[in-house]
Amino acid sequence: MNPRHDVDPHEGQGTAHEPTPTIWPVGFAVGIACIFVGLIISKIVLVVGVVLTAIFGFLWIRDATRPFRGEEAPAEPEPSRALPPGTPAARTSGPDPGQGEIVRFPRSKFLEATTLGLGGLIGVIVTAPVLGFTVLPPFIKQGHPKIDVGAIEDFPENKFVIATYLLKPEDGEVSRRTAYIRNNGFLDESPSFTILSNRCVHLGCPVQVNGLPLDDEAKTEKTAGDNVVTRIPTAAAAGFGCPCHGGQYDTEGNRTAGPPVRALDRYQFEIVDGRLLLGQTFSVSDVDGTGAEAKIHTYRLAGPGQHVDGPEGWLYPVQPPR
Amino acid sequence: MANKPQGRSHQLLQILLYPLNWLEERTSLPGRSGIVGGIKYFLFRKVPSDISWGHTLGSAALTAFIVQAVTGVILAMYYKPDPNSAYESIRHITDDLWAGWLVRGMHRWGASVFIILLFLHMGRVFLYGAYKYPRELNWIIGVLILVLGMMEGFFGYLLPWDQTAYWATVVGVNLQATGPFVGPFLGDVLRGGSEIGPDTLARFYSLHMLVIPGALAALIGLHLWLVVRIGVSSPPWSPTEAGRPEPGPPPAPRKGLVAPAPRNGLAAPVSRGARRR
Ligand code: HEM
Ligand code: FES
Repeated sequence: MNPRHDVDPHEGQGTAHEPTPTIWPVGFAVGIACIFVGLIISKIVLVVGVVLTAIFGFLWIRDATRPFRGEEAPAEPEPSRALPPGTPAARTSGPDPGQGEIVRFPRSKFLEATTLGLGGLIGVIVTAPVLGFTVLPPFIKQGHPKIDVGAIEDFPENKFVIATYLLKPEDGEVSRRTAYIRNNGFLDESPSFTILSNRCVHLGCPVQVNGLPLDDEAKTEKTAGDNVVTRIPTAAAAGFGCPCHGGQYDTEGNRTAGPPVRALDRYQFEIVDGRLLLGQTFSVSDVDGTGAEAKIHTYRLAGPGQHVDGPEGWLYPVQPPR
Repeated sequence: MANKPQGRSHQLLQILLYPLNWLEERTSLPGRSGIVGGIKYFLFRKVPSDISWGHTLGSAALTAFIVQAVTGVILAMYYKPDPNSAYESIRHITDDLWAGWLVRGMHRWGASVFIILLFLHMGRVFLYGAYKYPRELNWIIGVLILVLGMMEGFFGYLLPWDQTAYWATVVGVNLQATGPFVGPFLGDVLRGGSEIGPDTLARFYSLHMLVIPGALAALIGLHLWLVVRIGVSSPPWSPTEAGRPEPGPPPAPRKGLVAPAPRNGLAAPVSRGARRR
């Protein structure tokens, strides 16, 4: 009854290993189908279904449990068996293996190599784009778009204005960023601005004005590209402080205390038709002097906590594209 | 081949065991146990007679992991990984849904419990010297599990999308980005760009609920397989310590730390303490 005589987990207790053959499940299935159909179209069919299911279910269980109840199951013809592999007649040609020795045919080696090779190739073809999709998008089209934050007259001279804008208006409020903008007046005919990023150069928390934001005078304006910009003037900003680990900066963004490793990042800017446009940010090691006269030591934008000058700067030779 | 008629209870037992036998017969090879036999072996295998409560810490960590997996799957049914709805969906889970506060609380506190248990388990293994030959590989797998476990915590922390979550993640990612040479690139990959945004949240969610738990489950499987395969080591003070000769009568009294500990090659440390009782 059990074609695999080699397998006997019951250790010769002689239990049947396969369900007893029975045709009652067919009637059982018809009964179930009648129940479903009956539920929708007619009570009579439903009742017939229930009766059929019960009768055939009973018969099926009776058959299936026959071995457990100690009754002989109906005999089943022994399936004819093919010659087991390894019998002398089953083998064709090729070298004779010694005891416990594996025979390698050149063709099998070839097939092995091609299978491995092709498998590897398919693996690479499938993996490469997926891995690229995971890793590459973060480096593509990253830079800072030009953002209109208001007319020049909106920025009183020698006062910091807290300007917030949407970096990507399509992403919504998550992309709101803050710049501290000070109008330095004119330097030889051309307007001068100090525009600091509020991203702390310790580890990126939002740096706050050490001073008084004049919330009552806040203005919100819709500017180009569906951006929503707010401008909050400040009184007597004495510098900037970070809430996270207490980093402190002066009004030029120079670090004065705490863990930050350089001066605050700044924005490139442009003035078009009397409007102030913020551009890409860049990093600053330190600033000599103040206001329009300041000498700014600029570097490519680096992440917070990364030195841009000195030997520690050598640790970050390449920056991702911006 | 049918049984002789026997008592009702015997028949009932046979019927109950039938599915198990069915499964076993279809997963076993001649002379080798299948799924059922394997689970039986796992549950009733011999362990040293002098193991202690300290040895239960690994199973405790496993339990914590399972709790995290189950509660996490349930939370995922209500959580929305989108900057505009994430915070609100968490509030909804906590305040509105029946027992939502409980499931969320279990997941949140359970995360700490899991890490604490990992460290305690690791401490047990370290203090017992159980990381030594032939169990080094299991220690290495354990270290990977610990690292992945902490990454789970990091990626999960952003999901509530409140101020704490947001700024902690800003700081955490920037910290990674200060790593030399590749740091800046690692930061961008973690954020999914140069700035935190919608992609960051989705990325963290995917890592937190699919990638890392999958890797953890696989490593835990390997870990346990090795534990069963090699056997649990006995405590260092055990008279049946792995590597000692069979304690024939009379057991040699141990003389402090200098007592010689002859090694019998590979076979001895692999044997389980109880076998030598
Ligand atoms: C998901 C996390 C983990 C689970 C579920 C887990 C589970 C287990 C279990 C059930 C045992 C059996 C003995 C015992 O509980 O003490 C064990 C043993 C062991 N574990 Fe872990 N473990 C985890 C993490 C770790 C970590 C972080 C390390 C170390 C870095 C580690 C290293 C080991 C070693 C070396 C053994 C063998 C100890 C012996 O045979 O006495 N495991 N682990
Ligand atoms: S992030 Fe500003 S001081 Fe640490």
